[in-house]
Amino acid sequence: MSAEAVYLDHNATTLLDAKVLEAMLPFLRNQQGNPTSRHSYGRAARQAIDHAREQVAAAVGAHPSQVTFTSGGTEANNLAIKGIAATHTPSQVAVSAIEHPAVSRPAHSLLGRGWKMAKIGVDAVGQLNPDQLVQALQQKTALVSVMAANNETGVLQDVPAIAEVVRRHGSLLHTDAVQALGKVALDFNALGVNAMSISAHKIHGPQGAGALILDKRVDIQPLLDGGGQEKGLRSGTENISAIVGFGLACELATRDLTSQAGRIGRLRDQLEQGLNELGGIIFGREAKRLPNTSFFAFPNIDGETLVMALDRQGYAVASGSACSSDSIEPSHVLMAMGIAPGIARGAVRVSLGVDNSAAQIVAFLQTLKNELLRIKRMAAVAV
Amino acid sequence: MTVRTPIYLDYSATTPVDQRVAEKMIPYLTEHFGNPASRSHVFGWVAEKAVENAREQVAVLVNADPKEIVWTSGATESNNLAIKGAANFYAGSKGKHIVTIATEHKAVIDTVRELERQGFEATYLEPEPDGLVDLEKFKAALRADTVLASVMLVNNEIGVIQDIETLGNLCRANGTIFHVDAAQATGKVEIDLEKLPVDLMSFSAHKTYGPKGIGALYVRRKPRVRLEAQMHGGGHERGFRSGTLPTHQIVGMGEAFHIAREEMALENARIKRLRDKLWAGLSEIEEVYLNGDLKQRVAHNLNVSFNFVEGESLIMAVKDIAVSSGSACTSASLEPSYVLRALGRSDELAHSSIRFSIGRYTTEEEIDYTIDLLKAKIGKLRELSPLWEMYQDGIDINSVQWAAH
Repeated sequence: MSAEAVYLDHNATTLLDAKVLEAMLPFLRNQQGNPTSRHSYGRAARQAIDHAREQVAAAVGAHPSQVTFTSGGTEANNLAIKGIAATHTPSQVAVSAIEHPAVSRPAHSLLGRGWKMAKIGVDAVGQLNPDQLVQALQQKTALVSVMAANNETGVLQDVPAIAEVVRRHGSLLHTDAVQALGKVALDFNALGVNAMSISAHKIHGPQGAGALILDKRVDIQPLLDGGGQEKGLRSGTENISAIVGFGLACELATRDLTSQAGRIGRLRDQLEQGLNELGGIIFGREAKRLPNTSFFAFPNIDGETLVMALDRQGYAVASGSACSSDSIEPSHVLMAMGIAPGIARGAVRVSLGVDNSAAQIVAFLQTLKNELLRIKRMAAVAV
Repeated sequence: MTVRTPIYLDYSATTPVDQRVAEKMIPYLTEHFGNPASRSHVFGWVAEKAVENAREQVAVLVNADPKEIVWTSGATESNNLAIKGAANFYAGSKGKHIVTIATEHKAVIDTVRELERQGFEATYLEPEPDGLVDLEKFKAALRADTVLASVMLVNNEIGVIQDIETLGNLCRANGTIFHVDAAQATGKVEIDLEKLPVDLMSFSAHKTYGPKGIGALYVRRKPRVRLEAQMHGGGHERGFRSGTLPTHQIVGMGEAFHIAREEMALENARIKRLRDKLWAGLSEIEEVYLNGDLKQRVAHNLNVSFNFVEGESLIMAVKDIAVSSGSACTSASLEPSYVLRALGRSDELAHSSIRFSIGRYTTEEEIDYTIDLLKAKIGKLRELSPLWEMYQDGIDINSVQWAAH
């Protein structure tokens, strides 16, 4: 990998914080024990997990007993949706039209089991349509899932208001907060949700750890059966090093949140001013967004082509979400916002992080300008 | 030579990460931190290449095609995915009966129990007193509607090795999908999936000197075995298992399995010498019982019951060694080991059992220390035991009519 490569894809994954690595290393190198074992090796592992549980709980305004560790955000979402559905007689599950596949697909998987699924639309800037929410809730609905922040556009939902409506209709609300954690303040109780998914590797923690924050009054069934770890909610030997890293990453992300969010937000503004000048269309700009995310397109420029061109110049950005990069379908998020497919196919996502600087943005904009010109010239020749 | 206590003799619970494995993992925690699913930049490609290299390393150890290896978060998830995934996929065409063994790991037993709640029927075969499955009884348990059988290759408590080849052929003949939990087997016994009639096999990294939080499921391609996915999302792992792949852990599992392949022959011979020495020493103590067959067993495991000793006080007395006991297989549970009970051991003998599991870093001095420790402590505990005194006096304890409390 070239030393100069600039990473602008923090919504896909983030560089591990050096302090987090330091905290993890003893658990990879020497302190070995299975937390289930009762001897001193096992007890040391157990204590480390308990401490991490407190750190995670503190970062999201939850009680440690509300934290269930999982292998990541996808598992947390699967656990919330399928686990809650399993304790209800089949009715309806309602999800927003812009959910990550890790929410929409588990919801979809319920269809064979007598469940119905409702999709709640969003407006042109990506905010949940409140009338459609109420309309969906006219049907008996066991569970609603609306993400706190969208991974592609960064658009934030008014989760407390949604929670209020959902509660009034006697339904439960889950929120996928994987992208929101560490970028905006997150308080489980203030949000008023019943369940919330978070992940370590989006906040400079390691891949392989996540958590479901769960209101203990909610009946839920585990996805994984076995040794009964995590109070029976998630069997399997705990991934101690990753959990320890997750705990510290949560602590660091929330401690530095205000200052970092302000600084990164200014970088994003600087970027978007430049994009404007180059004639870019910025999606969801009028909505409240994560401070680090910019999702944009240039008319008549294919997103994949632009992303590849930027990669050759040493800039790592994404076209749509990383997980669905295999497909050439336009982003389902932009489709839900009513963006024309021709424009949506041009979509490129820049997601910034603590390791980015103003100088990088200036250089990126210059490169972008050059590449746009080059692509247009090539297109003209091809015609 | 003095040894450092507590001596770790619990390698079947988890193994330390091999230093060589840790060093391979660290670059993927630092400079190569990309998401392997990111297809648009070099950070993602580097991660993806590492993931595929590790997949190859895992496949090589068990002689499978890398395309047959699906990453999971560990053996528990592999077992859940294999059993629920195959049972649900084939229930419609084959039926809803499952055969497994009463001595399987909880991750198999509890998964089958969950399927029972969902309308499946299950047979939990009792093993013979040596821990092995009787092939005729297994054959008789298979029915026309048996959709899946699940048998572990190496038992986690007593280390016995089942005859997977014969069991698999019986399943083949019956059109039954055969799943094998091999979490305790990698690096300890040869596994050749080109020869073995196995459809699905679960692996774990942290029992083979790799990191916790990563495992794999082998899913046979020829003939093709299909599964209903249990984790839905971005469609990773060809739809079998969604979720961002933890690159560093995968790299660690690959390296751990690579080392296992390179070193298992020599290492197992060394470990067997240590285990045999431990058993020779412990069997000098009166009234000790080996649990499980000694021959058809991995070199790493010794499971011994000490008669006329109370389980909890035994554990307290041997604090200098980190081992598992029959009374604490699951934390905070005072139930005696269900595995030893299934072999026909009494509650008392199950409670007073110790699983010694030996591994890569166990030394001869540690084994000597352990033998001396057990001899001394068992002697002390028995001095305090009225049952031991009665036994010494030639009274048959089982014939004693105890007064009611």
